[in-house]
Parts: sequence; C-alpha cells; structure tokens
Amino acid sequence: MVHLSLEDLYKEVILDHYRSPRHKGRLDPHDIVLERNNPLCGDEIELFLKFDGDQLAGLSFDGKGCSISQASASMMAERLQGIAIKDATDLAGGIRKMMAGEEEGDADELGDLIALKGVVKYPVRIKCAMLGWTTLLEALDEAGKGTPS
Amino acid sequence: MSLDVQRIKKDFPILETLANGKRLVYLDSAVTSQKPRAVIDRMVRFYEEENANVHRGIYELGEKATAAYEGARDSVARFIGARSSRSIVFTRGTTESINLVRFTWARANIHEGDEILVTEMEHHSNLIPWQMLVTETGAVLKHLPIDDDGKLRIDLLGEYLTDKTKLVGMNLMSNVLGTINPVRTVADAAHAVGARILVDAAQAAPHLAFDVNELDCDFLAFSGHKMCGPTGVGILYGREDLLEEMPPFQGGGEMIREVWADHATWAEVPQKFEAGTPNVAQAVGLGAAIEYLEEIGMDAVREHEMQITKYALDRISSMGATIYGPKDVHERGGVIAFNLDEVHPHDMATIVDQEGLCIRAGHHCAQPLMRKLGVPATARASFYIYNTEEDVDALIDALEKSKGWFI
Repeated sequence: MVHLSLEDLYKEVILDHYRSPRHKGRLDPHDIVLERNNPLCGDEIELFLKFDGDQLAGLSFDGKGCSISQASASMMAERLQGIAIKDATDLAGGIRKMMAGEEEGDADELGDLIALKGVVKYPVRIKCAMLGWTTLLEALDEAGKGTPS
Repeated sequence: MSLDVQRIKKDFPILETLANGKRLVYLDSAVTSQKPRAVIDRMVRFYEEENANVHRGIYELGEKATAAYEGARDSVARFIGARSSRSIVFTRGTTESINLVRFTWARANIHEGDEILVTEMEHHSNLIPWQMLVTETGAVLKHLPIDDDGKLRIDLLGEYLTDKTKLVGMNLMSNVLGTINPVRTVADAAHAVGARILVDAAQAAPHLAFDVNELDCDFLAFSGHKMCGPTGVGILYGREDLLEEMPPFQGGGEMIREVWADHATWAEVPQKFEAGTPNVAQAVGLGAAIEYLEEIGMDAVREHEMQITKYALDRISSMGATIYGPKDVHERGGVIAFNLDEVHPHDMATIVDQEGLCIRAGHHCAQPLMRKLGVPATARASFYIYNTEEDVDALIDALEKSKGWFI
C-alpha cells in the first residue's frame, strides 16, 4: 500500500493560494463568463475571460469550494494572465494528462503548478483540482477559441 | 437494557482492519452499514449448502433455497409488523421500491392536474421518480417546507394537502438532518383527503422500531445494506389490497401465472412484482441481518444511538460547528450533518481519513435541501450499533487536526 501523506496534497503553495486567492472576483469588461460545479462535493467556479486577439488578456474566477478546487483555480488565473490562448490550452492539456497519470509533469514548464501533482495520489480529489481547468477549456470552446482535441 | 458495544464490535470483521494504518473508525453508516459475521456467514452457507433457483424446485435443493428466501420474507414482515408476508416485495433497494410504485400504482392512479406532495427533506430517491412522473402525466409536485430546526411544517399540512392530492411521499428519518418525522400524523391527514402515503424508511429501518400498521402507511420502502444486510436487496411493503389491484412492474419469468404466445396472466402477490431470478442470497442475508438486529433489540439500538448522538452533538457543537437538524435526540437519529467555518467538508473528509475515520462530505443525495440550508455541501458523521464515545473522541481530535491545516 502506498503511504499517503497529507503534505503531498496540501503543499504550502496550494494552502497559500487557498488563503489568499489571486485574481478572485468579477472581471469587467469580459468576453465570456462560465460557471461550472462539481455537484458531488459542492465545488463551484465562475470563470471570466477577456481576449485580445490570440491572447488571453485577462482571467479571473469566483467561487467557493474545497481548498484544492479554489487553489487550483487561483494558480491557473495567476499563470494564464496575458499569455497566448494556445499556450493556455497546452498547459491545461498538460495538467489534465498529469492528473490522469499519463504524464509526469515537467516542473520547469509547470512552475508552481507542479504542486498540483500531489493530488494524483488522492483520486477522489482530482475532480476538485481539474474544475477550474475544465471550465477554462469549455469557456474557450464556447468562445470559439478552443483547439480541437 | 443497554447494549454491549464491545461485544458487538467483535461481530464486525471489518472493524478489525486498519485504515491508513490507523484503527478504522467507521462513521458513515447512513450511507451503508458494515456487516456482521452472522450475515456474511449466512450468505456463504447459502451458496455452499442451499444454492438453487427459487420457486422452481422439484428437487430438494430447490425447496431449500425457496424456504430460505421465503423465510427471509417472513422475517421482514415480522420486523415491520406487516400482517402478511404477501405484503413484502423484494426489490434491489429503496430506489427500486419507490420506482416500482411510480411505474405501477402511480401510473394507474395519478393523472393530469393531480397533486403529489413530498417534503423539502427528501433523498433524491423519493424526489426524482415523482419529478419524472409529473413530467410524464402533467400532475403537480408540491414540497412541504421545513422550519429552521429542520422539522416539517406540519402546521402547513392543511394548506398543502388538497382534494387533488393523490400521493404523499415522505421519509421517516432524514438522511441529512436526522429528523424523525411524524408519519402517522401525515398519514391521517393524507387519508382524510383520499391520498395514499409512501414512506421512505431507508434511514429509519436500521435504527428505529416501527410498525407499518401503527404508521398506517400504504407503501414503505427500505434497503438491506444500511441495516447490516448486503447490497442488492431492498423491500417494498404495500398494503395487500393495493398490491392486489396494481399492475405488474417488470415483465418476465417469476411474475406470471400462465403464458400464451400473445398474452399472459400474472402470478399472485408478491411474485407478481418479482420478475426474473431475484437476489436470493442477498435476501437470505437480509433475513440474517434482521435476526441479528432482533437479537440485540431495536429499542436497545435506539437507546444506544440516542446516547452517542447526544455526546457527539455536544462535542461537535462545542467546536463551534454549525449543526443542521434538531438538537434534541428524542427528535432525531444518529446522523449529524455539520460544517466548520475553517475547513471545507471535502478537505475535512480527506484529512480525517488519514486518521482512519470515514465520514461523508457532500450533498448527501439531497441537493434541494442543501439549497434550502444555503450550503453547497456539509460534512456528515453517522453512528450505528458498533460506534462508541471513543469513536466520537477520535472524530473530534481529527477535526481539530483538520483545522490546523487552514489556520
């Protein structure tokens, strides 16, 4: 049996984002807003996106839920400000593969986001960690900015 | 008469296992109970010594299987005070029992403009079937409100029950609030307007002694797996005259009397509602679970749970937690939904799991009730015959630890 340690899940950077979420609240003006939840555990995320051509000019989130869902959304919002939409979808795809255990996750590429890797050992919490990211991909699709997968 | 918990604990093999390297403290019996050795052994013995299909036995083994299966039905009837075993239908669980009523009695008796009354504290299993039925028929679904203590607004019954009400669906004990509901009062009021009443006893049957005639209910549903029995078996009790006049549920073997190429006649109740090979071993296991509970005594079960619930309510509330549902243990069962300001229930469940504790976090299959309470989720601890005050202390210690992560 793999011994689980809570330190793997609740890394300091995750707790920090949970205590002091970045880019939390409405973004005005925005081009698209999308709300999604995990009804099973009651996590909620509302995502606001502002585009500038192929760039993600702004991103904010609102929501309530467990530390993992909220910290993951906050870390995502911090990381994706002002980057190319394609880079954002690539990053989201990478996180998804890391969570599915298909990829190890490149620490250099992911930066702080590598902290989310600890969630993989807690399968019931993966949905929490993914909520912000899946909402992002869905919002990009809805805005016609998604990459066909 | 008090119950010897230490002895009872020894009856449950799983309680000797470890969870994350710690003593397993199982506080999620409201979702499913653990199983005593008597039940496990009984099912093994059925497979090893009595296994055959039922109601077909020309040979002795078939007769043994049928006797075991029908014996379990007799035990169920005795347990809930039914006058006859013909009132007891084996199903897959509470959900299937309620859906059976939806597809048979309700389809034949509920039409456009008729009303169905449920309560604001129903489990989805006693809500969704009626939502689906009203969509199909054009009937109207109404919800009897609850008050701030998590009790039904019985004072509003007169307003909510009308001469159009055909069915009232309510639970005997809430799986979130723990509230024990005054079924008899509602049954009398329902009958006075010509409505039938269906009781969801999934949460009550494992913990409370009750008698279907004293409740004066028309239908009552519960599951085996919450009361020391196996998964895959549940009960629908129906008043015999109602069952007689109802059309069958599923079609197939077992439920027929005679079959021609183009038509068929139906078996007597309750076989009319038991198409296909039933979950025989599970039914036999439920029979053993009932005998196990009867030996302990349902009054002793209730007394023990009132004690432990009182202790847990005191300790959890002294942590500053918000507790949902009645505070008086005479009005509630041993299921406690609560929230701590500092820790989201989902985080709480993960952290206490590291200490070997199983608690539930989420909406408990009662999303409309969560909305009414104004929370997306709660934590929930629920107790049974094998839980002790020591388990409650372990919960409090683990909850204190969970707070530590988020300060």
